[in-house]
Amino acid sequence: METLEQLKSRIESAVVGVRVEIIRNDSPSAQHSLLVDGEHAVAVGRFLRDDPQLRLDYCSNVTGVDWPDAEITEKVKVKKLVDGAEKEVEEVKKTRRAGCLEAVYHLYSMELKHGPVILRLRTGDRMDEAHLPSLTPVWRGCEFQEREVYDLYGIIFDGHPDLRRILMWDGFKDHPMRKDYVEPDDYEYEPTPHDEVLEKAKRHLQPEAKA
Amino acid sequence: MSSTILTDKGETPVASVDISAPEGAGQPNYTLTPRTSSTGGIESELLEVAMGPQHPSTHGVFRMDVVLDGERIVKLKPVFGYLHRNHEKIAENTTYLASMPYTDRLDYFCSLTNNWAYALAVEKLAGLQPPERAEYIRVITAELTRLVNHTALIGFLLQDMGASGTPLMYAFREREKILDLFESLTGARMMCNYMRFGGCRCDLPAGWLDETKQVVAAFPQFLDEYDRLLSENEILIARTQGVGILPHELAINASITGPMLRASGVNYDIRKVDKYGIYDRFSFRVPLGEHGDVYDRYMIRLLEMHESLKILEQALKDIPSGPIMDPKAKIRGFRPKTGEAYGRIEGPKGELGFYLISDGSPNPYRYRVRPPSLINLTILEDMCLGQTVADVVVILGSVDIVLGEVDR
Amino acid sequence: MLGEGIIKGLAETAKNFVGSYVDGERLTTVQYPEERIAAKEAARNFPFLVFDGSDPHAGLRCVACQICEKECPPKCIYITKSKDKKPDYIGKPQFYPAVFDIDISVCMSCQICVEVCPFEAIKMDNEFELSNTDRFGGLLLDKNQLAKSNDFYRKIHPTEAAEVDARLAAEKEKAEAKAKADAEAKARAAAAKAAAPSVTKPAPLQTT
Repeated sequence: METLEQLKSRIESAVVGVRVEIIRNDSPSAQHSLLVDGEHAVAVGRFLRDDPQLRLDYCSNVTGVDWPDAEITEKVKVKKLVDGAEKEVEEVKKTRRAGCLEAVYHLYSMELKHGPVILRLRTGDRMDEAHLPSLTPVWRGCEFQEREVYDLYGIIFDGHPDLRRILMWDGFKDHPMRKDYVEPDDYEYEPTPHDEVLEKAKRHLQPEAKA
Repeated sequence: MSSTILTDKGETPVASVDISAPEGAGQPNYTLTPRTSSTGGIESELLEVAMGPQHPSTHGVFRMDVVLDGERIVKLKPVFGYLHRNHEKIAENTTYLASMPYTDRLDYFCSLTNNWAYALAVEKLAGLQPPERAEYIRVITAELTRLVNHTALIGFLLQDMGASGTPLMYAFREREKILDLFESLTGARMMCNYMRFGGCRCDLPAGWLDETKQVVAAFPQFLDEYDRLLSENEILIARTQGVGILPHELAINASITGPMLRASGVNYDIRKVDKYGIYDRFSFRVPLGEHGDVYDRYMIRLLEMHESLKILEQALKDIPSGPIMDPKAKIRGFRPKTGEAYGRIEGPKGELGFYLISDGSPNPYRYRVRPPSLINLTILEDMCLGQTVADVVVILGSVDIVLGEVDR
Repeated sequence: MLGEGIIKGLAETAKNFVGSYVDGERLTTVQYPEERIAAKEAARNFPFLVFDGSDPHAGLRCVACQICEKECPPKCIYITKSKDKKPDYIGKPQFYPAVFDIDISVCMSCQICVEVCPFEAIKMDNEFELSNTDRFGGLLLDKNQLAKSNDFYRKIHPTEAAEVDARLAAEKEKAEAKAKADAEAKARAAAAKAAAPSVTKPAPLQTT
């Protein structure tokens, strides 16, 4: 199979106006991924599925990932004036990374038996613009997995035939897998509470003691 | 002389019985007067039924909302989430090693293959390489698990069809021997917690290989018995041939994997494609089906058991001695570098994959299980449309779901 | 002929039925609780604490390092360290657990606590008839209920116990040999000091 750079240039020439970026993966697994923008995702998906060299007809896995707003600190070597002489000094640089929700698609080919090609789609932010195009029209197997990502993360997939909650019950309000999820107060008596459960018990019982 | 019965609200008689005609003379002794609607066709209503969640044949707490026209299915929506234990969120708060016992409980019939899939994903993430003997032990336990799963599945499928327990109990009698082997190796029959990152937890006890060789040598006789008991049975053939057909193209597009995919004729077995572990050293065939109906899925599982026995014979002969853990692997304080990995194996139910994102801390940042049972349920509706309610139970039995894996 | 497959199947069932009177292989039911199957050696159910000798307090191997508490996946172990120390099997003074509770309604017998214990103090039991009528504390086993002797450990897991005993004996020998060597070196140093009370300055180097 061709390298990721070749794949990137072929996608860019096949789908007009798409923005593709290679996200490198430093671990020994060396599974690098392609970040594709939301508007052209369905066209990219169709190209990957129908192109005779690739024939990526099998979407193996759809994952949701939550990246909350974070501050990344990294040590950067910067040339600074120290005591009159110019030296290279290590400085700590802090960048704010805006939070987003992400959907990661692992694609394989059953016909040509190669893969994986990993696609990433990122939303604008975690609040109002958590919309992504659904790839269910391209690969039918994404149907239940995108429903699960909607249920647990809150990404709304436009174009999904039947987007509703799948694992939580229908009236459930929040999205449990997000990093800032706060559990509701559903304390029940436990004979041996400890650690977090003990904290929950104290929080639950104290208002009753005060009243 | 005739008498009228079955009137509703005293209006038009629905049926009339002529008691002068002898019963059993080959003709029914009643006539039905169909009610006609204004357009001239027969009036009927669609019936909505919830099959489950408490149902003896839905393989767990699983509900199907079916809309019926008489006995034919018009719409079917699977509903699950009754066994959701937020395994993925728990894994984000515990270390990598502490998630290993929880993976046992995903697909609780095949705990050793779940362990292997997780260990494979972490080994890809951290760059560990298990030694030879550990790889052989992994292959032996995985194929034994495949036998355990397929026998139980055929037993349950026949149980759902009404063969009240006989094939199931025969299957369980053979499974007990393999579960005893697991107990003497890992300490537990079902929740084995045996694989570690970089190898296996403990070495084979004395005499285990000989016991396993005895079990593997006696198994083909049981499979032949099972074959003679079931495969030419006319009731089985009438209930399963032509039922629940899954076409080739739809199977690929709907991400179906495992024996269901191969029954539809697609040659995709991850043991042959990815060659994970040491599967490229063993010679075995991949059985494929032609029609994609329930009978093909049953036969594929029977044939896969024969192939598993072949792999077991080869592995038991060739297993070398040596260490069972990678010397670089750490039990406590395991912190893989930042990055991500997706590791997958051919589990007995399909492709079981684990997707891990690490951020350098002892807990994973994102831990995802790719459940084959959930994804194989995507086209349950398509397979069941137009079939009768009785067929739905048989089709669901052939999809092979375990709710622990569907809901996690 | 229609029905041939069913008849073949019935022949198999008949073979099993008749065979169960003749062959032990075909009749596999064990009349529990009158008959029991002997447990496999590796079978594990819930953990227990090992003590050497006959005194559960003095011989307890656990030094309250709390590693098992941290590594336990469902967090079912609760340990409180003691304030004083007691000598262990080598003779070195170590802490001991004042409180060691395991909640066996939470414990899933995963054996991770046994794997990570550096002192061979916690091992897996194989008792499963543990039903209790007290729903509020009956399944919280404390130190006295958990402490069982090394002889019991040898009885239920003979090969493992033999390995552990050999390892601990080797460590004890090493520690004793080291202590003896230290004592001898100290005695030699003390004797050398007693023989030469004054320390003379070394003569300066002669230059030729």
